[in-house]
Amino acid sequence: MDIDWTALMAPLIVPLVKILVLIFALLTAAAYLVLLERWMAAWIQDRRGPNRVGIPLTKLHMFGLGQPLADGLKFIFKEEYTPSHVDKALFILAPISILAAAIAVFAVVPFGYVLPLDLPGMDGQPIELIVAPGLDVGMIYVFALSSIAVYGVILGGWASNNKYGFLGGLRSSAQLIAYEIPLALGILGVILATGSLRLDRSILEQANSVVWNVLVQPLGFSVFLVAAFAEAARLPFDLPECEQELIGGYHTEYSGMKLLLFLIAEFLHMVVASFLIVILFLGGWHFWGMTVPAEAAVTWPEALLRVAVLLVKVLLVITFFMVVRWSWPRFRFDQLMSLAWKVMLPLGLVNLVAVAAVYEYSAALGAPGEGLWRGVAIGWGVALVAWIAAAVLAPLHTDNRPRLEAMNPPQFEPEDGLRGQPQAR
Amino acid sequence: MKSDHPDVKWIEEPKLGLAGKMYLPLFVQGLTTTTKHLFSRKVTVDYPEVRPKIDNPLIYRGVHRLNKDAEGRVKCVACFLCATACPAHCIDIVGIESPWPDREKYPQSFTIDELRCIYCGMCEEACPVDAIELTSLFDLTGRSREEMIFDKEKLLSVYDQTKDAEPMMSDSLGGTL
Repeated sequence: MDIDWTALMAPLIVPLVKILVLIFALLTAAAYLVLLERWMAAWIQDRRGPNRVGIPLTKLHMFGLGQPLADGLKFIFKEEYTPSHVDKALFILAPISILAAAIAVFAVVPFGYVLPLDLPGMDGQPIELIVAPGLDVGMIYVFALSSIAVYGVILGGWASNNKYGFLGGLRSSAQLIAYEIPLALGILGVILATGSLRLDRSILEQANSVVWNVLVQPLGFSVFLVAAFAEAARLPFDLPECEQELIGGYHTEYSGMKLLLFLIAEFLHMVVASFLIVILFLGGWHFWGMTVPAEAAVTWPEALLRVAVLLVKVLLVITFFMVVRWSWPRFRFDQLMSLAWKVMLPLGLVNLVAVAAVYEYSAALGAPGEGLWRGVAIGWGVALVAWIAAAVLAPLHTDNRPRLEAMNPPQFEPEDGLRGQPQAR
Repeated sequence: MKSDHPDVKWIEEPKLGLAGKMYLPLFVQGLTTTTKHLFSRKVTVDYPEVRPKIDNPLIYRGVHRLNKDAEGRVKCVACFLCATACPAHCIDIVGIESPWPDREKYPQSFTIDELRCIYCGMCEEACPVDAIELTSLFDLTGRSREEMIFDKEKLLSVYDQTKDAEPMMSDSLGGTL
């Protein structure tokens, strides 16, 4: 009996190659994003940033591009200290689980469209640039794994047996769970518009209609953006770590490679948040005039152009993340919570209803092309009204002093009109 | 002080306008500030390749030097005023009788522990003959502690090294000798 080994092995080998490439690219990207983050931090503070480490034993600085390697070596050779008071098993499990979840999310994240590669055993099918193509629960999978990231944080904080770590873990569990809801509401609008849970479908839909979701659902975009910042625990929502208060929060007790795993996972959260923002709202690999037509068979330059467009967009969003870090001060915890529950949640609901209404009555709005632009107008109108309403009804509380009348309640009605004045005892 | 103390003034924070409540001015302000700085001129000096510019070398407080007079002799008269003024006690002088007619004493040895010195410049202030001065040399390095204890020859050689770039302050200020 003659077994067609190529037909049998190709569907196995192709995903494996994709996984290898993806993991290598992600870890390298995380290392270089640390460098970019330090550069951005330095430039915003009028410094030059790391620009020394180039090729060892030469005078070539190469703008400091060797820095990630040096950082990695430093982490490898640092003492990996496990304090005696920790819960050993959970202490080791926490960074592994958080990094595993952070990397696994990328299984459903498309990093391009397709490659027109005619491999033997693939029946002439082009290679889809996504590790798990055609997974119909893509967005739910993303959510499930981002919830597991919460486990990593809580485990780390709990197992550390340290007050700062514990506080960081508690804060972050409250924060991450609170912001999952606006995050989901932001995505729900896109799911309604797309009619699919697949991320690549979302890009295709936007490429076909030539109107990015950010134009149709500005409110959903802002809700999702804010929630993504909070989920990635980036400033101004970095309460899980906040060095100034918690010496690092849940990873206070970690050192060496285990700390490195936490830090990489944090960067990957930011990367995946940027990917989701680009894919769901900013048109993925689509750019007007550059990547048309959407569904047609793509040639090599076309395929590479799409990958490049997507990655450039992601890089821009990541840069925005880094600029934001130095632009606004951190929220206080009660502000964070009231923003999530009193502002972002209602805004998300309003967006969801608006999107549902637009698509329900899309026929009444007129012809397909014209109706879409009316939908855009409605989206922006709703966003403006809802934003103003949220601003008026749930303003940011910045005064954290105890209220005077609450501290000195009037004991009785004095006759000389000194209402509220403290009485001599 | 309790919160109901009569001296405690309770100030109401200014009310936010509609724009403030919408968080938009904050958003724009923060982003414009950071973006401006992102592209602004950097203040860090690329040190070994680029030397920092010292505005006025005459008043900079770097490595010490012992000045020489017109005949190439050490100016110092071993009066111990600098050693007395020194708050870090890093100056050690051994004075002996001078072979020259214009002064009674001169330093047989004059050592400054550059590691102990706090570069306050009080020796320079105290010196009645402007013999000791602080130069603008700031990148002082050595491989051992002994190397960093500068003796008279070393201090005089610092003068030879810096006399052209930094003329003696006494010359520009009218001079005492």
